[in-house]
Amino acid sequence: MSAKLRRRAVLALPWLWTVLFFFLPLALVVKISLATSQLSVPPYSDFFARTNGAVTGIRANLDNYGLLFSDALYVKAYLSSVKIAAISTVLALLLGYPMAYGIAHAAPTRRPLLLVLVTLPFWTSFLVRIYAWMGILRPGGTINTALQALGLIDEPLRLLNTPGAVYLGIVYAYLPFMVLPLYARLEKQDPALLEAAADLGARPWQAFLRVTLPLSLPGVLAGCLLVFIPAVGEFVIPELMGGPDTLMIGRVLWNEFFTNHDWPLSAAVTVLLLIVLVVPVALFQTVQARAEKRL
Amino acid sequence: MSALVRIEAVSKRFGAVTAVDDVSLDVRENEFLALLGASGCGKTTLLRMIAGLETPDSGKILIGDEDMTAAPPYARPVNMMFQSYALFPHMSVEENVAFGLKQDGLRGAELSARVREALAAVEMEGLGPRKPHQLSGGQRQRVALARCLAKRPRVLLLDEPLAALDKHLRERTQLELTALRARLGITFIVVTHDQSEAMAMADRVAVMEAGRILQVAGPREVYERPANQAVARFFGDINLWRMEGGRIPELGVAVPMAPAGSMAAVRPERISIARGNGALSGVVRDVVYLGTATTYFVQVSAGETVRVLAPGGVMFQRGEGVSLSWPPEALAVLPP
Repeated sequence: MSAKLRRRAVLALPWLWTVLFFFLPLALVVKISLATSQLSVPPYSDFFARTNGAVTGIRANLDNYGLLFSDALYVKAYLSSVKIAAISTVLALLLGYPMAYGIAHAAPTRRPLLLVLVTLPFWTSFLVRIYAWMGILRPGGTINTALQALGLIDEPLRLLNTPGAVYLGIVYAYLPFMVLPLYARLEKQDPALLEAAADLGARPWQAFLRVTLPLSLPGVLAGCLLVFIPAVGEFVIPELMGGPDTLMIGRVLWNEFFTNHDWPLSAAVTVLLLIVLVVPVALFQTVQARAEKRL
Repeated sequence: MSALVRIEAVSKRFGAVTAVDDVSLDVRENEFLALLGASGCGKTTLLRMIAGLETPDSGKILIGDEDMTAAPPYARPVNMMFQSYALFPHMSVEENVAFGLKQDGLRGAELSARVREALAAVEMEGLGPRKPHQLSGGQRQRVALARCLAKRPRVLLLDEPLAALDKHLRERTQLELTALRARLGITFIVVTHDQSEAMAMADRVAVMEAGRILQVAGPREVYERPANQAVARFFGDINLWRMEGGRIPELGVAVPMAPAGSMAAVRPERISIARGNGALSGVVRDVVYLGTATTYFVQVSAGETVRVLAPGGVMFQRGEGVSLSWPPEALAVLPP
């Protein structure tokens, strides 16, 4: 095999994977989203119009998408998801940046341990950890029991099934995705740069704002996207920790698919969600490419 | 000339290693001082303590008669050019130079005038909008220098300023640094491991070894009148002999007024070589032709081999009998 052919063969595998497990299913989802829901198996109308088994035309329509834009419920669910994901991302950034900074400035021998501590929760099942939080937050849970025992409250506080619990759950679950890219970025920074800044008259906080922070922006962006993207479509956390009023697109999707059995509408919800997410990713790629060129 | 920087009995330890050991040193106003020594001798630590990037464990550092021992780097009237240059990669050349000036509160026309002036001083006027990664090594060095100069410091600290440059550029930059110092009247303290660099640029050279200063003197003095053997060996080749009772037994020659037990040192180029017999005769054992000069290794009758550097081409062949001599002032007496 020639070198050129071998290189192509190596590239073929990721392409095959992407086509088979991403583009093909996506095409199917797009196809279903253009159909009409009906009582049949499968529960949607045929994409093709047939007469006596022969394909005579296409029966696609954009009604589902029209519904998503005309029904306030869906628009609200999208906006609410983006809002919850955005606030969670900001909270994760505010919490994750000092953590990443602390690890990057710790003694080199202690850094591996601190990094393990950040990723340690991943060693337990995600669901188990969410259930643990429910146990901590519920009316008879750890916090309420402790506060009552201390005599600080008479009635248990409503902590679980609130918007606050959803933010807590998302920030908790995705914090490592914020910390790790930030750490990678901060750790790479030449310590002489901060010394040079100090030498030129910058106090530590000024050196941070003018040198450390701008140089860590690609890490900030990477961390934010890694938290924001999965948070927008999050289903488990709002379902288990949110209240009945916590509206997120993941829950809507679940309802349409499993309760209403409206496959075409759920498919449309998915496609639109994908479009909502592709925009920040494309933005990220552009900024990242520009930042790489700079360094 | 008064002392602008005064280092009083400063020590600094890193764990079990004493990087700087009870060093005292005065740097005069408008002086070019070189801290010279092999790597690990403590010269960079001393420089970083003057900059405020390290705090001494004991001793005092005064800058312009003010005690700056505990002052943070941003409060000191000194600026340092880092060996890696430490240019801010996310800022253009202009922004790098403007960094320290903005820190001083300069804005607008005054700021841009000072940036232009600093870039002009290093002949980098046209490259203001470039980013550091778009510059050559030599250009980066100039930007780092301009960034320090823009602040108009009283003392400019340079950590191995020429180490990252190629040989040709190094020589040119060396001349430029000397010219710049003469023009601006700033005190320069340069750390270097290269003795020829120190000799070429500095008014005084402080030779360091194992955290201590061995000798501080003008280039000519440290070369011709080294304080001890370590300094003598640091500056190129030298012949060293033990002295006993007014004699050098290894050569079989008398040295008047020499204290017993001390060492005699003669630079190879101070020794004259001639045909025939004399007070000190020997046989040429090896000849190394260097182009502008020739090194002869002459074995004298007492058995010792003497290194002689004579200008010009090869005048004596291996096995030839020669006589050696030197003027009395060429012999330096060193402590054992």
